[in-house]
Amino acid sequence: MNLYHRRRLINAIVNTLSIGATALGLGWLVLILGSLVYQGLSALSPAVFTEMTPPPGADGGLLNPIVGSLMLTFLAIAIGTPVGIMAGTYMAEYGKFAKLTVVVRFINDILLSAPSIVVGLFVYEIMVVPMGHFSGWGGAVALALIVIPVVVRTTEDMLALVPKELRESATALGLPLAYVIRYVSYRAARAGIITGVLLAVARISGETAPLLFTALNNQFFTTNLNGPIASLPVVIFQFALSPYANWQKLAWIGALIITFAVLALSITARALSASGKSS
Amino acid sequence: MLESGNKKMADIALSGKVETSVAAISRTKIFGWLRLGDMVFRHFTRAAAVLVLIILSGVIIALIRGSLPALQAFGFDFLIEQRWNPVTEKFGALAPIYGTLVTSFIAMLVAVPLGLLIAVFLTELCPMWLRRPIGIAIELLAGIPSIIYGIWGLFVFAPFLQSTLQPALIDWFGNVPVLSALFEGPPYGIGILTASLILAIMVLPFITSISRDVFEAVPAVLKEAAYGVGCTTWEVVRHVVIPFARVGVIGGVMLGLGRALGETMAVTFVIGNAHRISASILAPGTTISATIANEFNEAVGELYTSSLIALGLILFVITFIVLAAARLLLLRLEKRVG
Repeated sequence: MNLYHRRRLINAIVNTLSIGATALGLGWLVLILGSLVYQGLSALSPAVFTEMTPPPGADGGLLNPIVGSLMLTFLAIAIGTPVGIMAGTYMAEYGKFAKLTVVVRFINDILLSAPSIVVGLFVYEIMVVPMGHFSGWGGAVALALIVIPVVVRTTEDMLALVPKELRESATALGLPLAYVIRYVSYRAARAGIITGVLLAVARISGETAPLLFTALNNQFFTTNLNGPIASLPVVIFQFALSPYANWQKLAWIGALIITFAVLALSITARALSASGKSS
Repeated sequence: MLESGNKKMADIALSGKVETSVAAISRTKIFGWLRLGDMVFRHFTRAAAVLVLIILSGVIIALIRGSLPALQAFGFDFLIEQRWNPVTEKFGALAPIYGTLVTSFIAMLVAVPLGLLIAVFLTELCPMWLRRPIGIAIELLAGIPSIIYGIWGLFVFAPFLQSTLQPALIDWFGNVPVLSALFEGPPYGIGILTASLILAIMVLPFITSISRDVFEAVPAVLKEAAYGVGCTTWEVVRHVVIPFARVGVIGGVMLGLGRALGETMAVTFVIGNAHRISASILAPGTTISATIANEFNEAVGELYTSSLIALGLILFVITFIVLAAARLLLLRLEKRVG
């Protein structure tokens, strides 16, 4: 075999491998979604959305964890988004060249990938121990701590994309910076910032680890955030590891609901950011 | 507009002094309010940015405070002891630390080549119209919550491995001198290997998307020049793309590693939760995060809880170092490109 053939052969091997690797990655996505649909869809019924979590062996639904998850997610976004947008605003507008910005950006990027179970331990220490009991508030704060870095990052990135000529012309009219930001920067970056919030929602709606020691779980329906409250991920965790067939079935249904909610959110976010870029 | 404006100016000019001074005063007032609003907003945003730093220091302080009882009781031994006995209240972190490092290592061993190959496919081989859809599909793997990987791993992937890959590994390597220890014991399904493979799938999208981004940042002229002298795709990747993108790829790999080290729920489902160190990667084990997730709510007594928080502190320190190194590498790259 001469050099030319050997080079072509190696190239062909690598090409085949990379096509194979891509097929493997895509295949895995299909496989996971497929088994979720296969296991979850057959048991999906209206009762899932109208009944409470059952005791072992009985019929029931997932109403209390669904309501709990919605409440926790909403609160976490309500707490985390303003903080995240403000911090991102400082980094992109006021303190673009400040030392503080460099440090915050670095720390924020680390928080973005920090293990979420550590956040759970942190909130346990600062909220659950002083309060003396598990609470929905603790869960919401834990999730908010995960929301903040996501929103900070996207807000800063999106504001940085706003052309500086827009700001300059607004400033030239005599507007103070706060109003330039509000009436020019935010409007120009709106789609991107909303994308960031959507991604944050997607990120926290499946988070389990931070809720284990904060919101815990509750087998009854409650909207009281001062006590333990059920959430879909924690119920999935508990039910999937149980030996009862009906609990495992409900865990699959819960998994199906979360996955498709999360995928819908991230696809919407992508579509939104794509439309924002082209306009 | 202009006319009426002129008229107003003219009117003001023609009328008495009183009117102009009122207009001037109200204008100063308005500017005063605007400047006050600006200052308030500025300080609020600054405070929010500082809050990010406070959160991080708060996490570190809370973890250190929570783990003090355990660290005082066991000292340095906590890091190197394997025992984990809630009954006698003797705790050591070696087994979870070992499990965390080994699962992440095997995961990277699988995910890095796969991620790089996918990135090569996406940047060099894939037809243009397919690039975006495939890229998004791979990134969707990152969007799936980790608990979903857990339940899928436990009910679908572990039984599959138990009946196919694991017996095959035992068959192949069972009689090879050194490797046989790695694949010793019955195929449980769950265990170190299963957890590692699940982790590999989970970090794959991170490695892929960062590698793709840095591959795309390679100037087209460099690649075109190499293709122009007759290089094959592989030779272009090997001698032009990878040397150019090396720092970025390492950054991406370390970012994936940071994720793998801290991953909790998926691992908790499939690792088997056994507090021991065994040479075999088919055996059940445990990781730091899985231990915390499994035992924290059942932990009785200050020392037990405190030991688990100390585990959390160790995990945080390890991931912090890895992630910080990853960010510094990527930062250096950004500076070079920008």
